[in-house]
Amino acid sequence: MSAVLGLVEHDQGKLNEASLEMLTLARGVAQALNAPLEAVIIGAEEAQARALADALRPYGVAKAYWVRHEALRDYAPLAWAKGVAQLVQQRQPKAVLAAGTDRGHELIAHVGAQLGVVAATNCVEVRAQANGPWALTRLRWGGSLLEDAELKGEPKLLTVAPHAVAAEPAPSPATEGVELELELEAFTPELSDSDLVVRVVERVQAERKGVPLTEAKVVVGGGRGVGSAEGFKMLEELAALLGGAVGCSRVATNNGWRPHTDQIGQTGVQIAPDLYIACGISGAIQHMVGVKGAKRILAINKDPEAPIFQRADYGVIGDLHEIVPKLIEEIKKIKAGQAG
Amino acid sequence: MNVLVCIKRVPDTGARFELTPDGRDIDTRNLEFTISPHEECAVEEAIRLIERHGGGSTVLTLGPEAATEQLREALAKGIDRGVLLETDGSEWDPVATAQAIVEAVKGLEAAQGAPFDVLLFGNESADAGHYQTGVRVADALGRPCVAGIKALEVDVQDGTATAKREIPGGWEVYRVPLPAVFTVKEGINVPRHPSLRGIMTAKKKAIQRLQPPKPEMQLVKTRLRKPPERTGECEILGEGVEAVPKIVEKLKELGVI
Ligand SMILES: Cc1cc2nc3c(=O)[nH]c(=O)nc-3n(C[C@H](O)[C@H](O)[C@H](O)COP(=O)(O)OP(=O)(O)OC[C@H]3O[C@@H](n4cnc5c(N)ncnc54)[C@H](O)[C@@H]3O)c2cc1C
Ligand SMILES: Nc1ncnc2c1ncn2[C@@H]1O[C@H](COP(=O)(O)O)[C@@H](O)[C@H]1O
Repeated sequence: MSAVLGLVEHDQGKLNEASLEMLTLARGVAQALNAPLEAVIIGAEEAQARALADALRPYGVAKAYWVRHEALRDYAPLAWAKGVAQLVQQRQPKAVLAAGTDRGHELIAHVGAQLGVVAATNCVEVRAQANGPWALTRLRWGGSLLEDAELKGEPKLLTVAPHAVAAEPAPSPATEGVELELELEAFTPELSDSDLVVRVVERVQAERKGVPLTEAKVVVGGGRGVGSAEGFKMLEELAALLGGAVGCSRVATNNGWRPHTDQIGQTGVQIAPDLYIACGISGAIQHMVGVKGAKRILAINKDPEAPIFQRADYGVIGDLHEIVPKLIEEIKKIKAGQAG
Repeated sequence: MNVLVCIKRVPDTGARFELTPDGRDIDTRNLEFTISPHEECAVEEAIRLIERHGGGSTVLTLGPEAATEQLREALAKGIDRGVLLETDGSEWDPVATAQAIVEAVKGLEAAQGAPFDVLLFGNESADAGHYQTGVRVADALGRPCVAGIKALEVDVQDGTATAKREIPGGWEVYRVPLPAVFTVKEGINVPRHPSLRGIMTAKKKAIQRLQPPKPEMQLVKTRLRKPPERTGECEILGEGVEAVPKIVEKLKELGVI
């Protein structure tokens, strides 16, 4: 019976969260079609593939394919995708799903190009049916809007938006009559040298300094209102006092005040701190989509009409160049008191 | 060298989206239009490549006549010529878009008697975010493609390019022969603003118009919806420095200090 295939991503043999979320959504698709859910593992050694397959079992995966090739150890997008496309041609699955990550998007795009079918990316909900087009909901504008769409073509190619569904093991794994080991089938694709032109030739490690923006509990964000690179010094100081990190709006990046790695929003990073302190930021939709995960937002802005006040939990109306230094002073006093 | 960069006209929304009454589109009556920041960086990268290595640059878009506004903006920044693949303004899926771009590239390359050494795309379009148009064009042309790059260096002597992609904790480095396709992420450069002179000369630069046939769509948008928004009142803690004690109180309450 034709299956639903999930392309799982792993880092040195460890599954990533986005793949487990994808499998959770894929399981629902498989159930709706009364089809088995199968997984595809690429770029792993045999022992790794075996271990990964076993880790997939609780998610309702019935079988895993190990796409095996000397040249596929490290990432080579076209070659990996050709491996998947050849497997698809042999097995004729109903659908192929990947996680909505950089790699998932890149692979599904190549697979789609190889097979001549479109891919629906960043899906949050899929209403599968055995015949005809599928109805689905996907993200637009980096998640600021939802799109209901109809997907035609065979097989259906999809990526699942990260954090759209929570990763959950299958509710009641049937224990009787089921083998403990997941069936792992090796599949060897035929690759030519031209498929391997694009591959990682080197890896460079980035230097890590301070709390990464994506992990910080407190983020102090600065926008046009900060006025200069110099102006960000006080935000740095405030962030340091609160054990947090500094982020910024696109205006700050475009003016060269901050590196792009600090940019929060649709074309920057998405953060999920306990508290986001937005200073001199108007609250454009493309910025706010990056702070959807923030538990609380405090906005400091001199314009009482600024849209950020409609999205913030707490607001302070005024000039950040007066308020932030005073705030730093007060916090320092408290800290000194606590220490003494 | 020859460089082609592909951009897409999209509404520049402000603080929130307004939808048309039938829920199919964004109400653009009070909006300006723009392109994705990724594509702005792709345009900048194209200009820099030509500044560094000489040659010519082309900007291409598939969209309605009004999209010439975005082409002119790129021309004003320094791109040499524009190509409009004119549509009725309806939405094209990424297979259809890629197909039309591939045909246009073939035509342009035949006319200039040489391939574009570099084709540049955004990593994803601002509105639809399909993450696939550039990859599809590359595969159809049989050219190497590196997606989502944040650094690009071309070696004209040996005809190769080195591109870097950011991954958690570091970078992946790719080296590919030209001609090649790259999809760009914001952060690769800081785009310039057009100069006054640039804006004047852009008016005289040529825009070629082509009318690609519209194929049947495989992915069809039926409706747009707004996701549930953060609700609840914003508690105003005060105005100016007088509010500082209130902020401190709040920070304590939230367990931040
Ligand atoms: C497709 C697309 C993607 C985008 N992606 C992103 C993204 O990832 N991230 C992003 O941030 N933007 C993004 N943008 C840009 C976004 O639309 C806004 O232009 C940008 O976020 C505005 O930045 P800002 O709030 O700093 O500046 P502005 O909108 O100019 O706001 C500045 C604010 O500072 C206030 N202010 C000024 N001086 C002071 C002062 N002394 N004290 C207190 N307040 C002061 C003003 O009242 C104003 O509200 C994107 C745009 C598009 C079209
Ligand atoms: N209508 C279009 N015209 C020209 N280029 C486009 C168009 N749509 C998408 N692109 C290019 O393809 C990239 C990826 O778009 P997408 O696949 O829609 O996410 C964009 O950043 C553009 O560079």
